[in-house]
Amino acid sequence: MPVALVDCNNFYVSCERVFNPRLEGVPVVVLSNNDGCAVARSAEVKALDIKMGTPWFKLKDLAQRHGIIALSSNYALYGDMSARVMSILATFSSKQEIYSIDECFLDLTQFNPHSLIAYGQTIRQTVKQNTGIPVCVGIAETKTLAKLANHCAKKGFAGTDGVCNLVALTPDQRRALFSQIPVGDVWGVGRKHREKLLNLGIKTVEDLRTTNAERIRSHFSIVLGRTVQELNNLPCIELDEVGAPRGQIMVSRSFGHSVSNMDDLSESVAYYATRAAEKLRHDQSIAASLCVFISTNPFKDEPQYQQSIVVPLLPTDNTSLIISAALAGLKQVYRRGFNYKKTGVLLLGLHPKSKMQADLFDESLRQAKSDNLMHIIDTINQKMGKGSVGMAASGIKHRWALRREKMSPNYTTDWNELPVVW
Amino acid sequence: MSFLRQRAVIFPAAGSHPIRIPLFSHKVAAGFPSPADDYIQERLSLDEHLIHHKEATFFVRAKGNSMLGAGIFDGDLLVVDKSLNPKSGDIVIAVVDGDLTVKRLIKRGDTILLKPENSKFSDIEFHEGQELLIWGVVTSTTKKFI
Repeated sequence: MPVALVDCNNFYVSCERVFNPRLEGVPVVVLSNNDGCAVARSAEVKALDIKMGTPWFKLKDLAQRHGIIALSSNYALYGDMSARVMSILATFSSKQEIYSIDECFLDLTQFNPHSLIAYGQTIRQTVKQNTGIPVCVGIAETKTLAKLANHCAKKGFAGTDGVCNLVALTPDQRRALFSQIPVGDVWGVGRKHREKLLNLGIKTVEDLRTTNAERIRSHFSIVLGRTVQELNNLPCIELDEVGAPRGQIMVSRSFGHSVSNMDDLSESVAYYATRAAEKLRHDQSIAASLCVFISTNPFKDEPQYQQSIVVPLLPTDNTSLIISAALAGLKQVYRRGFNYKKTGVLLLGLHPKSKMQADLFDESLRQAKSDNLMHIIDTINQKMGKGSVGMAASGIKHRWALRREKMSPNYTTDWNELPVVW
Repeated sequence: MSFLRQRAVIFPAAGSHPIRIPLFSHKVAAGFPSPADDYIQERLSLDEHLIHHKEATFFVRAKGNSMLGAGIFDGDLLVVDKSLNPKSGDIVIAVVDGDLTVKRLIKRGDTILLKPENSKFSDIEFHEGQELLIWGVVTSTTKKFI
């Protein structure tokens, strides 16, 4: 019953390299929204010991010295490339589970266990040829082990040419391999768990694997107990437990430059509320409350202020109701005289819309009208492009909008930005 | 492997492409059925005509005149299939000095040529030991007149 985890290498950087071959072989980082910090690093950057999440301003010196190229994140491009990779991977198994933008599990039960490595190579070559994106393949009996196998393939601990099949290892070989890998590399072992495990003398994957699962369960959590079982070839981590269904929707971004006046702040909050409501409707959910927060720039030597407030809602997915509530919340938390760097809207208490409870005073006609309006807005925005119609409160100019100064063209999603060939 | 079924995105088996079926909306109960019903066929789609490997197909814009002889003009839209293995004689997109270039690929013994289709441009030669990266194979070109 083997399962494979296919994971794209430095996915965002790889996407950029497909269309800009000059980036090949040079150190490249992709920066988060607003060009804040490094969210993807090429192998050359990792070799410089630059950590994930390092703020870009802290990197500028190093970047100059080593010729690091920094790019703003281009999510339209990454989203399209991810969809391509995932559909290609879907052809390799009857069961695929997309775990994140750049990784998915494939059920390989129906395949001959002796040809799995070759199959992994075929997967890898096909994705590379058809999309230009390099991937690694980890194969094992459980998801936790498949993750680990992938890690080994990527780091070159085991396997060859980006494919590692733990099923093919003898128990002794496994023991030797697992004794080399730090326990923190295991899927599901976070930083907190790691420290506690280290204190108990559990340092390597092998240490964790051979610890009594019962003991782990009582000292840590049921989930980590299952991780131990999974390391022992017992498939038992159900995906629901790892990546819980969306319980909240967050839209928040840093501003391009700091903002102090209420008008700009209101516009940004209304805009994020709009985006959050769109996501909510996409999920066919309703929200029972929302949280608005504002924050100054903690990296600046200036007066600091952070505040948030939760505003209850009559459960809804209506953009204008959500905006009103968000703006009411903003009014409560706003203080004059600070330079704000970030606002955000968090929708909470999400429930499926199908189970929406009727309100005592609700007229179903009003609900139907609201649904119709939202449906029309969403349809227009889908057809004509994001933000074609919206609520006036969310503004048009967006002076506060985020910085994406180094963004590559939308090579695959905009007719005006196609790659050019000479 | 039941735990794979637990969450959201599960794709159908390979090759099970959705089948589009024309939808008839006329009412059958009263009157005659439309005489065209038996003859309804899927409307032709340019996508289907020009794109054979959806996930591996990319559009690129031609610049310059190096491929006039092949009917590729400045500003044309080229359809590129990355899944195809390039053969001698194909028009390809290749990576040369970090740029993407469109040329005809010619193999002559140990030498590989990227051949422009315009006498004003010269061939780019690759000898044994030199690496040539083919980005994709051009399968068609389209131009708009309006």
